[in-house]
Amino acid sequence: MSGPGPRLRVNPIRCDGARYCAEIVPELIGLDEWGYPIVSSAQIDDPRLLRLAERAVSECPRVALQLARLRDRDR
Amino acid sequence: MTAIAVLAPPDALPLPVARAGGPRLLAGPRIDGGAEALAAYRARLGRRPIGGDWMLDVVERSGLRGRGGAWFPTHRKWRAVSRLAQERGPSVLVVNASEGEPLSGKDQLLVEKRPHLIIDGALIAAESVGADDVVIYVSRAARRATRALRHALAERRHDRISEPRIRIVHTQHRYVAGESSAVVRRVNGGPAKPSFSPPHPSERGVLGRPTLVQNAETIAHLALIARYGDAWFRERGTDAAPGTGMVTLSGNVARPGVYEVDLGTSLATVIGAAGGALSAPIGLLVGGYFGTWLGPERGAAATLCPKHVSVGCGVIGMLGRDGCGVGESARIVSYLARESAGQCGPCVHGLRAVGEAMTRLAAGDADRGDVIRIHRWSDQIVGRGACNHPDGAVNNLRTALETFAADVERHVSGHPCAGLGTTPLPAPPRSAFGWR
Repeated sequence: MSGPGPRLRVNPIRCDGARYCAEIVPELIGLDEWGYPIVSSAQIDDPRLLRLAERAVSECPRVALQLARLRDRDR
Repeated sequence: MTAIAVLAPPDALPLPVARAGGPRLLAGPRIDGGAEALAAYRARLGRRPIGGDWMLDVVERSGLRGRGGAWFPTHRKWRAVSRLAQERGPSVLVVNASEGEPLSGKDQLLVEKRPHLIIDGALIAAESVGADDVVIYVSRAARRATRALRHALAERRHDRISEPRIRIVHTQHRYVAGESSAVVRRVNGGPAKPSFSPPHPSERGVLGRPTLVQNAETIAHLALIARYGDAWFRERGTDAAPGTGMVTLSGNVARPGVYEVDLGTSLATVIGAAGGALSAPIGLLVGGYFGTWLGPERGAAATLCPKHVSVGCGVIGMLGRDGCGVGESARIVSYLARESAGQCGPCVHGLRAVGEAMTRLAAGDADRGDVIRIHRWSDQIVGRGACNHPDGAVNNLRTALETFAADVERHVSGHPCAGLGTTPLPAPPRSAFGWR
């Protein structure tokens, strides 16, 4: 993979706190006291973490989690 | 420095606003005398120039920034929308006059008293960014503003002015209804609730078209900048904050109300123009409910410059010695918790929790653990909503806990301020029902 790795991003409107993501990749996703994910905004370069992050994205029942490369205009 | 009831000099035609020191947006007939009629407005300012590409450079050179609270450089928004309109077809212009901030009154005042300034500004902006749909977005609660707008639009039709049709879209009076993605959802016929971005409204807004959402005061400035130019605009204010600005003063001040002042003016001067403080101030809330609490010393030293303090939408709420900063912040944060659009977990649960803990603290019923929890929850909430509603509420309570740290200590020891029962600042309104 070339260039900087992607970042996890949660759509807080879609998310209803199913918590699967935090079980799959606790290294990148913690939970607040109400069960909603606190997602690391760090770029993911480690291939193992990236695989787990991709799994968390695909298993989110609300399709609220994304892996995104930040574009300049996303500010 | 100009109070709202200033009379325009009768001999000042045709460029009265060019006079140094006088009001600009509030120039013209007495502000307490109803809306300025089309004939009077035309006699005072003449016909409006037609907007276009030429305005993009003028706006850039003017240094105008958005007055809804974010102070985003206006020309950057304009260029983004204008470019997308050229690529993808006509854009949409929305004048945001919803003014959900309970301590602000400037946008409603401008729409009510100077509707033709708003309409001219809207049309010039629309022509400059390639918009063929022009919307003025107003709170349903602002009945006088709606009436003034309808009357002004009828005057223009009666005068057979050939110009694009302008439609008025109403929203329920809610705090978040003025957030730009919420504006777009409401104009599209949905609820006035924020959406997750990107895409930003400038990319995909009303009916999927590039959309410029611009605060009403900003639009009013544009109507004058188009006439008199960027150098004229910069004659007032400072290099960092050019132009005049509208501020709303409330609380512990002799003459609360809306004022037009030079940006960069010290808060002490602004307060002096409103008759001064009624009692020794213990704190100032600058920028509205999302704003920042300042103690008397920092407040006295602050100037109306977004690089200096959180000017936001120009709100200055003054707390006198009969007030309690912790109690005011608790009231405000609890109101903002009720005004959450209810979409994002961290906002719904987090704001409710900090609001309840702040209320206990204000009443002297909280212990040190509660204060620690307020800080922890605040740290967790920030940045985790679809919009900045939770961030704004946290900014209010964090700066309150810092500014009124000595009071917090007394409250934790079970000795709340005596002023707890009073409402030195106007109390938050009751939340409206519904979102449309």
